[in-house]
Amino acid sequence: MNKKTFLIFTMPSFMMMVFFIAIPLFLVFFQSFHFKQDILEIVEREKCDPFGCKTETLKVPVLDEKGDRTKINIWVGWENYKNILKFEELNSIIKNNGYSWSAIQSIDFYQALRFTITFTFITLPFVLFFGMCLALCVNNLLNRLKGPVIFITLLPFIITPVIGSLSIKWLFIGDGIVTSLLEYILEKDIAVFAKAWSIELLVLFYRIWHTTPFAFVIFYAALQTVDKDRIEAAFVDGANRFQRLRYIVIPHIMPLIVFVTLIHLMDAYRVYDEIVGFGAEGFLNSLQWMTYDFLRLDDSGSRYIGRASATSMLTMIGIVIILIPVLRRVFREQKEKKN
Amino acid sequence: MKKLFILFSVIASFSLIGFSSAKACENKNDVPLTSLTSGFDAWKVVTSAMEECGNYTPTLDQEYKDKIVAALDSNPSQYSLAGVSASTNVAVLDAGLTRPLDDLIAKHGGALQDNQKVTINGQVMAIAMMTNAQHLFYREDIFNDLGIDVPTTYDEVIKAAKVIQNAGVVDYPLGGTFKVGWNLGEEFVNMYLGYADTFFDGNMAAVNNANGYETLKMLKKLTEYMDPEYLNSDSTYVQQQFQQGKIAMANLWASRAGAMDNAEESSVVGLVKFASAPSAKKGGKPASTLWWDGIVIPKNISDEEAEAAFKLAMVGLDPANLGASPEAAPWISNAFDPAPSNIGAVMTAKEGAAPYPASAQMSTLHGVLGNVLPDYLTGAATAKATLEKIEADYITAATEKGLL
Repeated sequence: MNKKTFLIFTMPSFMMMVFFIAIPLFLVFFQSFHFKQDILEIVEREKCDPFGCKTETLKVPVLDEKGDRTKINIWVGWENYKNILKFEELNSIIKNNGYSWSAIQSIDFYQALRFTITFTFITLPFVLFFGMCLALCVNNLLNRLKGPVIFITLLPFIITPVIGSLSIKWLFIGDGIVTSLLEYILEKDIAVFAKAWSIELLVLFYRIWHTTPFAFVIFYAALQTVDKDRIEAAFVDGANRFQRLRYIVIPHIMPLIVFVTLIHLMDAYRVYDEIVGFGAEGFLNSLQWMTYDFLRLDDSGSRYIGRASATSMLTMIGIVIILIPVLRRVFREQKEKKN
Repeated sequence: MKKLFILFSVIASFSLIGFSSAKACENKNDVPLTSLTSGFDAWKVVTSAMEECGNYTPTLDQEYKDKIVAALDSNPSQYSLAGVSASTNVAVLDAGLTRPLDDLIAKHGGALQDNQKVTINGQVMAIAMMTNAQHLFYREDIFNDLGIDVPTTYDEVIKAAKVIQNAGVVDYPLGGTFKVGWNLGEEFVNMYLGYADTFFDGNMAAVNNANGYETLKMLKKLTEYMDPEYLNSDSTYVQQQFQQGKIAMANLWASRAGAMDNAEESSVVGLVKFASAPSAKKGGKPASTLWWDGIVIPKNISDEEAEAAFKLAMVGLDPANLGASPEAAPWISNAFDPAPSNIGAVMTAKEGAAPYPASAQMSTLHGVLGNVLPDYLTGAATAKATLEKIEADYITAATEKGLL
């Protein structure tokens, strides 16, 4: 293919990437070094409401001749990052308490980081394992049953995460059906949403339940491409079921296991729907939830765009770091193939 | 022929429905109008009367305050009318999103009382329709059975809760709107004002003191008598706990009082009674804040639309309409007597509870409180660390907004 044809073919997608990925990313990066503020002035005004009149002195936004607020963007360097990472506070905590996790977690960012990382790495092996088990089971089913079973297995993945977590929440919160049943069986009072560990367990369980079908579908498709002759040859040579899986099937579908790992790491590191859906923000805190919280409007109608941008950048850096080992593996394999 | 007949009769019946509902409204509305308000009962009473005039689509949304500033800020505004509370009014007012109403009141607002007019430097910027406050709800039958007096201080609330817990008549003696975020922040604000008068020293938050410490201690003591899932418990949750007979006492919004006697939902009709919010200190003012809810008209709409919206709002706020559902809220109107379910709000105001000190600073602090307090209540942080964190987070947030 000559250079011109190549350029013509790739131009549209390249432009798309610039517009929808590079520019927004740069804007977030830019914003993370700024405070976005209204220009404020101090006014004294007399205010009367149903509870009486009083004179109040307040800082309020300056309005221009059209009656709109004027926003300014102030360069503040690393201030937003400092306000999130709080290195000085971290230092003094370590000085006073040593490397105690529970003390360090009094800073929001490290609490969020702790949860995000454990969430990502605990759910990953379960998703891979259950996805593989399901794929193998379905692969061995009668052909007549395969269709309906695949459909039912996919259901958890089809449900929107927020809706799914809300419905699971209602099964457990207060006198939900499952909680009532557990209380009846165990004959004791259970409050799942009262302790950090029980909520965390529920959140982990939910994510595994929700994403396993994705791994399952990919693995199941991959199993269809396994060479039947090789399996039969191994069978003739006396390899048992486990050996056939270990030495023929798994190496064959390895690239797709890496693919599912990659997608799951990226997805799980951005966890936040579960925290919103379960109303777990009193107990758990994730990096993306911090961004969401900074972006929420408060009663005065303002939000913290600077710190939200900074947490977004930090989340992205985190994702890149955890993906490096996986990506290196992919590159190495590509290289080996070329040679 | 038969089909045609059916078609005619369907059309006829529809137009009959249309006709009969239009009769309830004297001034039919011909400008397409919309509104954004909160979703509690009082707003249903007001907006459903307005709907009778036609051409009007209300949006009732419990999370309206997440939308209101952005919605009114667009040009033209997304809504022709908005419902505000004492606190969201500050947001839209300071952002210059609402219009003065004096001209419209002179033309169409003859029925309004002076204490409904919310004025800034003499200009009417909002019309208040009701007051609201969190005050004591209690199960009279349980209190009588166990011989408990209605508590007037929080120490008495704790004592009563102990007696009820020992008697084991309900699942949990207390309910509370302790949901993480705005609700929990409001609980702190209420309790703190029972001990102190102000949250600020100039522009700085000043809650890291003995009053803040007492407030935290008291909130934690209360949670010991609540459903352990209190961090998920909002006003609707507490209302349902009452209706299902699971709790015996709570400090709940006056706008929820009417629902206690709603026979369709409640199993405790006639058993829940109301009193002033308890005080934090003996002989002190009630630990609660007074709120008002009302309407504003956006700046970013045409004058014709604004006039039509105001006329329509006057239909909703007509004393005859409000008087038909006095139990829905403590309406601001001299035209009728308040319903028995409003007595709690009236008493809380009479005993001298403070109005919510709405300002940009207060919104910032309120947001910080809602996020920081859960760690203290769950035992993950000490009271001292919590108070320090409240002030530190406030400084960070207020600096980013340019308030400091």
